Amino acid sequence: MTHLDAGREEVIATYNFAYLDEQTKRMIRRAILKGIAVPGYQVPFASREMPMPYGWGTGGVQVTAAIIGPDDRLKVIDQGADDTTNAISIRKFFERTTGVETTTVTAQASIIQTRHRIPETPLAPGQVLVFQVPIPEPLRFLEPRETETRTMHALEEYGVMHVKLYEDIARHGHIATTYAYPVKVEGRYVTDPSPTPKFDNPKMHRNPALQLFGAGREMRIYAIPPWTEVVSLDFEDHPFEVQAFERPCALCGAADVFLDEVITDDRGGRMFVCSDTDHCNTRQDQGHVGEQQG
Amino acid sequence: MAETDFLSGGLADPVMAGQSAFRAIMQAMAEPGTVHAVSDCPTPPGGLSRTMAAVATTLCDADTPIWLDPSLAGNSQVVKWLAFHTGAPVTAESGDAMFGFVSDTASMPTLDRFAQGTDAYPDRSTTLVLAVDGFDAGQLLSLAGPGIESTRRFAFAPMPETFIDQWSGNRARFPRGVDLILAGPAAVACLPRSTRITSGED
Amino acid sequence: MYVAVKGGEAAIDNAHRLLADRRRGNREVADLGLDQIMEQLSLAVDRVMSEGALYDRELAALAIKQARGDLIEAIFLARAYRTTLPRFGYTQPVDTGRMQVERRISACFKDLPGGQLLGPTFDYTHRLLDPALAGDAAPETPEVREPDTAPMMRVSDFLGQEGLLEPAPDAADKPVPDDIARNPMSYPMDRDARLQALARGDEGFLLSMGYSTQRGYARSHPFAGEIRIGEVELEIAVPELEFAAPLGRIQVTECQMVNQFQGSAKAPPQFTRGYGLVFGQAERKAMAMALVDRALRATELGEDLTAPAQDEEFVIAHSDNVQATGFVEHLKLPHYVDFQSELNLVRRMRAEAEVRDETRQEAAE
Repeated sequence: MTHLDAGREEVIATYNFAYLDEQTKRMIRRAILKGIAVPGYQVPFASREMPMPYGWGTGGVQVTAAIIGPDDRLKVIDQGADDTTNAISIRKFFERTTGVETTTVTAQASIIQTRHRIPETPLAPGQVLVFQVPIPEPLRFLEPRETETRTMHALEEYGVMHVKLYEDIARHGHIATTYAYPVKVEGRYVTDPSPTPKFDNPKMHRNPALQLFGAGREMRIYAIPPWTEVVSLDFEDHPFEVQAFERPCALCGAADVFLDEVITDDRGGRMFVCSDTDHCNTRQDQGHVGEQQG
Repeated sequence: MAETDFLSGGLADPVMAGQSAFRAIMQAMAEPGTVHAVSDCPTPPGGLSRTMAAVATTLCDADTPIWLDPSLAGNSQVVKWLAFHTGAPVTAESGDAMFGFVSDTASMPTLDRFAQGTDAYPDRSTTLVLAVDGFDAGQLLSLAGPGIESTRRFAFAPMPETFIDQWSGNRARFPRGVDLILAGPAAVACLPRSTRITSGED
Repeated sequence: MYVAVKGGEAAIDNAHRLLADRRRGNREVADLGLDQIMEQLSLAVDRVMSEGALYDRELAALAIKQARGDLIEAIFLARAYRTTLPRFGYTQPVDTGRMQVERRISACFKDLPGGQLLGPTFDYTHRLLDPALAGDAAPETPEVREPDTAPMMRVSDFLGQEGLLEPAPDAADKPVPDDIARNPMSYPMDRDARLQALARGDEGFLLSMGYSTQRGYARSHPFAGEIRIGEVELEIAVPELEFAAPLGRIQVTECQMVNQFQGSAKAPPQFTRGYGLVFGQAERKAMAMALVDRALRATELGEDLTAPAQDEEFVIAHSDNVQATGFVEHLKLPHYVDFQSELNLVRRMRAEAEVRDETRQEAAE
């Protein structure tokens, strides 16, 4: 068991394996099972304060802490990258409180905690993808009251969401939602994919990995089991489409991935590189080159 | 059995045992009809299977009212053991239980007798833990739904009477309904309410 | 040549080292002891205990020291520790009628049994900076009277005798109170859960919400029926014992607000209650809590819902400063993936708008 002491001779504060006490883990574990049994439904759970701020991944951290064990290998990404500061902070938290092995290689991880991206490398059966979710309610910005949105889910009354998307089309000629693009899970619940770019929505559909979502501040857990139908909302005459980039990654030449725009100088110079650093590094190691290296 | 035997039979390392048992249950729930080993089980008094005891210590505590079927509720050592090792309050009303433990699976009350949750809160439902002899024998079922790539063949025995009809009623109540954890020898399989049983032929 | 950003790990370590250095400050100045914080910044300790929802003066003092005096940060530290503690049980309800009172005032009556007891209050100090405190001036020894162990009856009990004040909720109606730390909150809430949320709510937020009711946004005509500060005994019922086992004493501040009420279809005209109970000495918080509690009872009392302070989802969902500070500050985290998506969209929409303008111009020509 891991104990973090307060650095005094007599220890005045100690912590359990993976930080959470066992009673809290059981509570979260029960919520996870309900979430899996009712795909896309937001299960209320008694979210705990975590040693990192709300809004910084406390939901994902609680889910990971409730499932992780010594046999796991953990990967943590933020914006697709393993080396962003908050990803490092969360990875170090689990290294310190569990001692489990960590990795940056998507294929080697048994648990991947993520903020804002789904890895480009296809996931495998048995892997668990844990999303950090700020606002789990896809209807929240159309209806701020929880009492109302809960009824809308209960009655499967999602007209308001279609009206919102349709207003986009009327105004702009296309749907203007680019991230946190709502999906329908197994034909029943309209669900928030977390603020991933809609580029990643198709990866949620019939994904062989288990997808778990934790929203700490909003106290909700939901899940998408492997192979579950996940459909992005759209209209027959305006089908869902993902972003396309004009150029491939400047470092690895990948064309079918989500790219970050990097400003390279103060004269408007910019380049586009993979947001998924592991995917990019792996491709470069395999000999793929982008225009910068070419 | 000695008066105080219910105090024993716990786990040497409940933190790790709970974690590994939970992962087995979670994977089983995520991929209905697959069987997952639960190796580190407590040693409860006779009448309660070791795997059921592992499910109880992993998921139940003072916050989860549990319902025990007559064969378990009538066994005072089992009742004391569960009280001591989980702290879960026992309820006589199956509709109030967060977990229902069924040892005599063949004569289980029908699924609709347990808490089904509400349309707004379908999670407020009973999770049933059924003792089964194994997953090699019994009527072959074909499962479909979330967690299943196309269809999956699955069997467990003993099966409650009229189970397939009851299950189709349970599925029809979706998103309300109960979820099942089937506790076999050192292994679990699950049937969440999202699973459809598409055929029940032998 | 562009190389992907690296070195976040070293940057974090260095930032933490610098933070530790800045927290300590000039090494020639004596290190601050937890005992000094507990003794001399005791109201800060009280606030951390009440909003951190953890009654432990030493840990609260440690949190304040570690947080460099940032109380919301200290509250966060206390909560994040508290949340890992196993729950052994629930104490019996404290009986504030049997409080060992250090301060007790009522704005409703000039005098009352037990008397008005000012206690250690800032109320009638003139807010003039005291240069003597810049040094180590020893304060005068305070007047101390013989401890009075007789229970001091609450003002609400006097008023209740006449039926002028609505009765307090009967504990027997809900023998097991809700526990917001253990059960997910759901709306509408029962008053017990709501009071728990308010008890650990942000003092500043509750102060503003309570203030808004005084300025006409859900006016409730409040009178400070009684404010009392002192120590109460905590007891826990142990099934194996015949009697409740004492756990020790804690200091609390209780405010019973008495509000005018015209009566409704459901209830005759009488005074109604707003209730505040907070760890330690925290009078402002207890009073604000009582005002907000009363405002949030609007639905129960059949009053019109017209103001923010009456809106349970609005007040409760935004009262927790640990949640609020986290989510506001999370805007510091990278959002470049989503920003990239928006950037592409804005560029696309601008290009489309240009095309539309050109087409329009051509049509006009």
